[in-house]
Amino acid sequence: MNDRLTVPALYVASIGGAIVLSALLVSVTGGSAFAVFDALVDGSLRSPGAWGLTVTTMAPLLLVATGAIAATRAGLVNIGQEGQLLVGACFGAYLAVRLPGPGPLVLVATLLFAAVGGGLWAGIAALLKAWRNVPEVLTTLILTFVSFPLLTFGLRRRSLIGDRDTTRVNHINSGEQIPFDTRLPDLRIAGNQIDSAAILAVTVAAVAIYVLERTRLGARIDVLGLNPRAAQRFGVPQRPVAAGVLVASGCFAGVAGAVLLTGGTAGDRLSFGYSGNYGWDGLLVALLARNRVLVAIPMAFVFAALRTGSSFLATTGVDRKMTDVVQALLVLALLLPAAIEYVRRARGGRQPVAADRPGLGRRLAPVGGEVV
Amino acid sequence: MYASAFQLAVVFLFAASGEWVAERAGTLNISVEGMLLAGAFGAALGMHWMSVGAFGLLIGCLAGVLVALVQANLSHRLTANQFVVGLALNVLVLGLTAYLDTVIDLGRAKAETLTIPLLADIPLVGAALFARPWPGYVAYALVPALWFLVFRTRWGLEARAVGERPQSADVSGIDVNARRRQAILVCGLTAGFGGAFLVLGQINQFQSTVVNGRGFIAIAAVIFGGWTLRGTVIGCVVFGFVEALAIATRVQRYSIDPFILEAAPYVVALSVMLLFATRVRQPRALAQPFVRGLT
Repeated sequence: MNDRLTVPALYVASIGGAIVLSALLVSVTGGSAFAVFDALVDGSLRSPGAWGLTVTTMAPLLLVATGAIAATRAGLVNIGQEGQLLVGACFGAYLAVRLPGPGPLVLVATLLFAAVGGGLWAGIAALLKAWRNVPEVLTTLILTFVSFPLLTFGLRRRSLIGDRDTTRVNHINSGEQIPFDTRLPDLRIAGNQIDSAAILAVTVAAVAIYVLERTRLGARIDVLGLNPRAAQRFGVPQRPVAAGVLVASGCFAGVAGAVLLTGGTAGDRLSFGYSGNYGWDGLLVALLARNRVLVAIPMAFVFAALRTGSSFLATTGVDRKMTDVVQALLVLALLLPAAIEYVRRARGGRQPVAADRPGLGRRLAPVGGEVV
Repeated sequence: MYASAFQLAVVFLFAASGEWVAERAGTLNISVEGMLLAGAFGAALGMHWMSVGAFGLLIGCLAGVLVALVQANLSHRLTANQFVVGLALNVLVLGLTAYLDTVIDLGRAKAETLTIPLLADIPLVGAALFARPWPGYVAYALVPALWFLVFRTRWGLEARAVGERPQSADVSGIDVNARRRQAILVCGLTAGFGGAFLVLGQINQFQSTVVNGRGFIAIAAVIFGGWTLRGTVIGCVVFGFVEALAIATRVQRYSIDPFILEAAPYVVALSVMLLFATRVRQPRALAQPFVRGLT
């Protein structure tokens, strides 16, 4: 009883704390906290077409988060989604403007090719891990910072992803515009334009939930993450599964990159800093959702709302950097309750590892199969 | 060019040597980026208040330690995921400093140049090494001091043990998470100093883009150095040169593509991991949280 009350109370307290802290900061620096809050809600939900934009923004975040969750559940720490997303976007951009054929087909090819790009980028880390046992934490992080100059390199060359239309003003250091017929179609609901990428992302998330929670592969991924030695006993091929999941998480990020390009809010041509922290934010969504895809969906929505809401801040005279502060404080606030609860349980001598993977053993060794 | 290489190498050195301590104790501390930025902002703020270089440095260090305190307590007291904390802190510091920069008019911040007679007259490198803003000289003392701290004190031994095998360290009575927290604080102190030096000695003005990923180059330098202090120092010097070269190429239009130079530190660090994977190894418990009772 006591436990059931304290955790929600802790959440309320810490999120409230984060909001109060942000409000204080705004007030101290001469802004109006209520106006800021109003603007955020207006920009993300209330004003015409706003929530559609938020849902559209949510799509790439959710895609990245889904991949990150799969990786984390396999005990891998892939923190290079930002780079994987960017490389995916580059691959997608290359194909989208070159492949002849009907738009929808090209679109599908673009998304797939972007997945290949993201997967390749994560694949470097997977290869290094499988071959020389280099920890993927380090390689994925470092590869992200290789991808930024790589984008610059590509944008400067017309044979790669640079704009081939040299008559346009500002054609230097920017990519070619994605043709209209290879963009993801928009859905119109009650005056909102929702990019169909949102449906794609939610579908992908649903499939990921099914695979992770209901299939043997999901059980293998889980057991590998929870206890590699037990995984070995259960006959889980460690290296292939780990490498596969790492590459897959890169693919998800790559698709997110293509989604930004073909339908998102990040603009229809590549430019410097195109990934716009979508990769980092998606990773945060995943980790804050504590590796449950279902929780990641509302979490991604909140992150997206902060993004879209921030565009309305200009009217309040408060710099939109403020939303970064709010977001970071919220992230820290969302971390606290779970962490406190974890420590409390550990101190109380109770089992700190939550047995929240029902039916894991059954899925590993199905009825009729040998039970170790 | 030599001068700017030296300055950047010093910034990297402060950040990377602190990061090295944290990593030896088992934390992959990615908030070093935020610590640098906090240090830079603190220095500008200190100068804004007092216009004394030393005071700016002090505030810079304090700002770095403040970030470290949050990182340390969240990740090694409450066992929150260290990457979430690190990423969130980087965003927080970036947002906060950029926001405060729009609110407060900070103005210029510059430390006095201190020229060491005789040594500064050495041709080619003399001016670069010995006629610098004075906080830069602290770098010469920093490396031996950290070496002594990590390899010759009880605390250092315990910190290294905690980074290698936290379970064993725990049963021999070492407070694992306390050592890790302290190591992060050391990192905050030096990275804050590094950020302050970046503003006071190099840029002379605060901008929110002042750090711009240099913290991650510091992490790359630690990896390049194979988690040895000597290697880390070499990495910082090399990357300092590369960065200075990149800046020079952008200005003077050499035939090298700046892209190659920007990517170089990271590619080099990756290759080192690939080539020396059998000889160089990271602290065994790097980036692994410690909770008593779990294997």
